[in-house]
Amino acid sequence: MMSYGTVLFGIVAATIKILFMILGFLMPIASILTWLERRQSAMMQDRLGPNRANIGPFKAWGITHFLADALKFLFKEDFVPPGAHKFLFMWAPIMAMAPALIVAAIIPFGPPLCWGQLTESVVGACQQPVAMQIAHLDIGLLFYFAIASLSVYGATLAGWASHNKWAMMGGLRASSQMISYEVTMGMAVLGTFLVFGTLEPGAIADAQSHILDFDNYKASWGIFTQPLGFLLFMTAAIAETKRTPFDIPEGEPEIIGYFVEYSGLRFGMFFLGEFLEIVGSSAILITLFFGGWHWGATIDTFLASHLPNVAFVLVMFALWTVKVFAFCSFQLLIRWSLPRFRSDQLMQLGWQRLLPLSIANVVATAIVVLWAQM
Amino acid sequence: MAVGVKVVTRPGSLSQQMYLPAIAEGLGVTFKHFVKNFFGNVTGQRSKTDIQTIQYPEETKPYPARHRGLHRLMVRDDGQTRCVACMMCPTVCPAHCITIVPEEAPDGTIEKRPKIFEIDELRCVVCGLCAEACPCDAIRMDTLEHAKPVYNRGDAILDREELLERGARSIATQGGVGAFWREKVTATPQTQPEAALLPEGPPAGPTPLGTFGPKG
Repeated sequence: MMSYGTVLFGIVAATIKILFMILGFLMPIASILTWLERRQSAMMQDRLGPNRANIGPFKAWGITHFLADALKFLFKEDFVPPGAHKFLFMWAPIMAMAPALIVAAIIPFGPPLCWGQLTESVVGACQQPVAMQIAHLDIGLLFYFAIASLSVYGATLAGWASHNKWAMMGGLRASSQMISYEVTMGMAVLGTFLVFGTLEPGAIADAQSHILDFDNYKASWGIFTQPLGFLLFMTAAIAETKRTPFDIPEGEPEIIGYFVEYSGLRFGMFFLGEFLEIVGSSAILITLFFGGWHWGATIDTFLASHLPNVAFVLVMFALWTVKVFAFCSFQLLIRWSLPRFRSDQLMQLGWQRLLPLSIANVVATAIVVLWAQM
Repeated sequence: MAVGVKVVTRPGSLSQQMYLPAIAEGLGVTFKHFVKNFFGNVTGQRSKTDIQTIQYPEETKPYPARHRGLHRLMVRDDGQTRCVACMMCPTVCPAHCITIVPEEAPDGTIEKRPKIFEIDELRCVVCGLCAEACPCDAIRMDTLEHAKPVYNRGDAILDREELLERGARSIATQGGVGAFWREKVTATPQTQPEAALLPEGPPAGPTPLGTFGPKG
């Protein structure tokens, strides 16, 4: 058996965590979201939505529609328009999808697994903790911004390589929008850094150990310490995922978007990449503003002291999934309730409203934090 | 001439310019619909939801009583077809989908009857003129069914037996009641059709007296 602390142990643990995160969390949730989006929007609009796909007797409200969709994408013609830049045309969907998967590396998705004490109830610190987080990076959220901003290349390259002027303009709209809102996004989250004093997502999640604690206000969930930061970050995050009300890069039915020339599985990758971005941004939002995997000290301690460590980790992971899923669903609610911004309104909102507000938030937070230390 | 630009000032309170209250209100509306429809659907109480969808193969919407559906041939009291092969329906049919070959009845009870009576439901334009033209109430389109999908074109041609399968006794008097139909119908009350012979559908009775007919 591998002993704790060796390099091999670290590599094996990281590999298992990566596989678990991608195959056990990101992909299933994103796939289900493709179905949930249609079903939820239908329910919101007094329709039924796709409810017929089934595998034999297994129907489950039509949840297997995502399998049918994937199968359909697989068998469709992979069309490359004449005049397209073939290499970039083939790379663009990967560039759009990969960042959404990579950002999951820094997200803490559960309490640390106590190696060697797996069947005991562990409250407090472990002797041999295995963090439920793929990469423990001190730069943390900067890594998130760095990777998330790469996804703009997917959109822009897709628009440029398609050899289609409408796709090109869609790509331009995408790049202008995403670069604009990244500024607000970074600014909005600075306040959170000031409050928690760290950039590392795991540490930020652990700092929010109570849901709302007036005695030790900094230990409350981020939404209570940074309400404005939450609003700004969420708005910018929705803009980053390129969905209504910020869907001017795509606008599938009316204004043609950057992936107009894509078909088959390559279109499916853009499609899935978008949902992966939703899951990723929801997970980051949960980490920053809703305590990560924490559900308040009372629940955490109760579960930790009554369950063996393995079960505790699994239960907390499941509860964290519930949180993320609820937030994804909330994003779908927004997407199907609000109308689309016009391009100039979008820029106006981003640069003239959100950016000054986020700077004001940083300044105000800094003053309060400093005042509290004195 | 340059086009004048009129700047419309849009006054609004701070809360309106912030969008947020309106957004919250809008989200509330859609969420309310979602909750109502979702829980009504999950608990199987579709009637409590706002969803109007009819899930077709399992649920069907009843057709209106005057719906023109698949043809059928009505029968006499003794079970023979009412059709006298007068050729009115193939003549009036704009799609030429009715084929009738007349014959003499071997037992002599009927003077003329169709040996072959075929309707090509693929050609039929469902105009209902055949049923209008029929003087004997022999052909009707009140089955409330529509043409079934078939694998071979030939299967869409309904022959006499298939048309008679859906048939029922008509309450119209066979052969008419003569020149003084008004007095006779008033004098002798018509026998009601046996319910078992009638398919489910609209009542097969004649139009009430006095609503049509020769004037005077």
